[in-house]
Amino acid sequence: MLKVDRFWWALLALIPALFVFIFFIWPVLSLIFTGITEDGRLEFQSIAQILKRSRTWGVVGQTLLQAFSATALSVLVGIPAAFILYRLQFPGRKALRALLTVPFVLPTVVVAAAFMALYGPGGMLNFLGLDRTFVVLIMALTFFNVTVVMRIVGGFWENLDPRQTEAARMLGASSGQAFLNITLPRLWRPIASAASLVFLFCATSFGVVFVLGGKKYANIETEIYRSTMQLLDLKTSAVLSILQIIIVVLALYFSSRLRRSTSSVSSVTDRVVAFRSKDHLSILLIFIITIALLHALPIYSLISRSFRSTAGDWSFENYLLLFSPPESSPLAQGISGAIWLSLSYALIAMLASVLLGLITVFVVTRKFLSRRVKRGQSVYEYTMMMPLGVSAVTLGLGLLITMHKPFGIGIDLRSTLVLIPIAQTLIALPLVIRTLMPRLQNISQRTKDAGIMLGASPWKVILTIELPLLKNAVAIAAGFAFAASLGEFGAAAFLVRSNDKTLPVIIAQLLSHQDPMSHNMGIAAAVLLGAITASVMVAAESLSLKSKVGWVAW
Amino acid sequence: MSIKNIFKFSALTIASLMLLSGCQSSDSVTDEVTLIVHDSFPNEEFAVAASEATGLQVKVVTSGGGEELTTTLALTKGAPLADAFYGIDNFFASRLVENDVIVPFVPDNLPERAKEFLFDDQGSMVPVSLGATCINIDKTWFAENSMSEPKTYFDLIDEKYKGLTVLLDPTASTTGGSFYLGTIAEFGPEQALDYWENLIENDARIEQGWSDAYYTHFTAGSPDGTYPIVVSYSSSPAYTINDEGTESQTSALLDTCSSTVEYAGILNGANNTEGAKLLIEYLFSEEFQNTIADTMYVYPVDAEANIPAEWDEFAPLPSNPHDVPASEIGSKRDAWLADLSERIGL
Repeated sequence: MLKVDRFWWALLALIPALFVFIFFIWPVLSLIFTGITEDGRLEFQSIAQILKRSRTWGVVGQTLLQAFSATALSVLVGIPAAFILYRLQFPGRKALRALLTVPFVLPTVVVAAAFMALYGPGGMLNFLGLDRTFVVLIMALTFFNVTVVMRIVGGFWENLDPRQTEAARMLGASSGQAFLNITLPRLWRPIASAASLVFLFCATSFGVVFVLGGKKYANIETEIYRSTMQLLDLKTSAVLSILQIIIVVLALYFSSRLRRSTSSVSSVTDRVVAFRSKDHLSILLIFIITIALLHALPIYSLISRSFRSTAGDWSFENYLLLFSPPESSPLAQGISGAIWLSLSYALIAMLASVLLGLITVFVVTRKFLSRRVKRGQSVYEYTMMMPLGVSAVTLGLGLLITMHKPFGIGIDLRSTLVLIPIAQTLIALPLVIRTLMPRLQNISQRTKDAGIMLGASPWKVILTIELPLLKNAVAIAAGFAFAASLGEFGAAAFLVRSNDKTLPVIIAQLLSHQDPMSHNMGIAAAVLLGAITASVMVAAESLSLKSKVGWVAW
Repeated sequence: MSIKNIFKFSALTIASLMLLSGCQSSDSVTDEVTLIVHDSFPNEEFAVAASEATGLQVKVVTSGGGEELTTTLALTKGAPLADAFYGIDNFFASRLVENDVIVPFVPDNLPERAKEFLFDDQGSMVPVSLGATCINIDKTWFAENSMSEPKTYFDLIDEKYKGLTVLLDPTASTTGGSFYLGTIAEFGPEQALDYWENLIENDARIEQGWSDAYYTHFTAGSPDGTYPIVVSYSSSPAYTINDEGTESQTSALLDTCSSTVEYAGILNGANNTEGAKLLIEYLFSEEFQNTIADTMYVYPVDAEANIPAEWDEFAPLPSNPHDVPASEIGSKRDAWLADLSERIGL
């Protein structure tokens, strides 16, 4: 590419880079620095001491084990789900897709409690003997992440040219053989993309691991929380944060190696196949059984509990109380204010993360000859992905120590509301990038070259070829970002709020309240959050469907 | 979206973010005073009432639960998020003094009972409200199973009550920590460890958070619960009273309690220290003390203040709580927690 272009790209790249630097890198590094220095000097001795503790490495090992297991399980469950919901034609599949987004946004404490109730003493599945085991913890982590695999892989699969597979079938390959030899290799890139996201999510999971894992299965994230909040031991937290960052960078590095080892594949728009019981029955059964065990049962128990009044009978009481809370409730006004606030924050975060994400993926996928620029591009991509893999405690507290009148501006940003959508944007950004990237990389160079040969400038190629082809992926990414922001209860939980409470904050507060009536209202509010997410997703799905009208098949 | 539009859009976003932040800040007003509190505080009502009573412009901000608040205040030393704080409990309170986060201040209108619970002689922090952590039991369960109700610490390690108790991990929850302090006050630090070992041998289940223990496992807190004995608060039975108001399904075992004290104080480096003093005084006013029980589910430190009638009957404060002096908690807490962790493998 031309030198002039390089300049403009660098300038454009600055926008997301500055955002991530100011609101992520600087705060996180400041907190780590506070932890490992004493009067400005590095505390090598205590760092070495923490690194020598067997507890430290136990926690690191546990983090990796959990993240690998849950990622593997999420991919195993997510691929059949992607096939069924994106590749097969049957009534209600759009609704089902939207419904499967719900687990992704449910508050982790609620889900952890639901799993505990299901497998614990007195629970429906207690007879399995899985109470307090690693298995339940992994299942709960998977609960949240199947959606990630399903959406990223499904969104890609939907547009995959089926002719090769059909040819293989015609030549006598079984559907299993055709999948393993033809389809799977072509899906490798989105699978690796989704898997790296899931890995980061699981490696930094807090609520589920805290509640279900206790000390035995503590991961780096819960250990950072414990040492910061319980012991105010910032040294240990800082060392653990550094270890966490190393794991994230390694995970990103390996996942990019995996993704690079595949070439682009031809795609068509929206080719779905009709359900054929001969070919699809077994995969449908797998889908139904896994989703029932993993998702339906915990959600069912949540919903059924939300419709139980404090007295124990079936009623809408908990929901009605949310909108006109009794005076004794910690909810000052009805919940509708919180719903609007959450929706508007999520909207801001969605717009911001899609915008920053689009810039990022275009910057990263431009082809430059210079080696140095290429290396710079990968570093850039890793940096944008980092917020997902770094402790919410570290980020939240880091923001508190850096955002007091930053850069000489006379405003104490900490007590303003802007930090909440900013924290949400940071978490949503990696999701957007990982959703857009496989699709953008898959647009064949030949298509773009054709445009250039016909006299289009590189910018024109972006506008007339790449962006239109990304439309569908942008819709998926936006929905994802919205959902993630709506349910975000990590860094935002450590920020300062005035009266304006978001839905996840209110849910947490209600759940841990002494009055059983408030607790029940909290469960109802969690179900409400799920319902709102599902309806937003249904709306987004139908929008992206409409936008396809008039598209040219490639 | 064209590149030009992208630029336009991002400029717009940044501008609106700045606008949003501009609207929120007004720290140039000198009669403004800010109180930082934990989650369960009636922010808005308080701001209105306190503004009226003090003539100041009172703002209330929230930062997480009790544990998060302590850490937040310690970390923002020197550039505090507010002028005064309320809601730090005795389990972690010493952190604030150790980290030099506080300016000592004792208001003139301190109620008599508050003097018993002062943090130290310097008046670093003042107690505004009181509570207690106690073992709670499901009376209905014991009646239905024709068993006598447990009463003391020793009953919990009795074979008869094997597998019936849910406790909280003291290293993960301050409520659990408070209950642990009670056992230390009763048995001494060494014997307390033996006692906890006996609890585990008697098949006590340990959960991380109070709401998991109470709302998932306690028979009176969850339809599927299987444990009729749980660590909770002395006030909890006030929330399990029947419709007629004649009886509570649960009761707190008053011989197994440990006091919790919630402190307020002035933050070092406050913008408005004088205003903060007025605010602390207001926390002891009859008007505010009378609202504490109803809104925050703890007892007002002023023994004269109103509490709901049913609390007298179903949720009284323990008369002989098992307490460890605040200064001792500060110097030994971390070691005690580490010892327990090691002994029972938490």
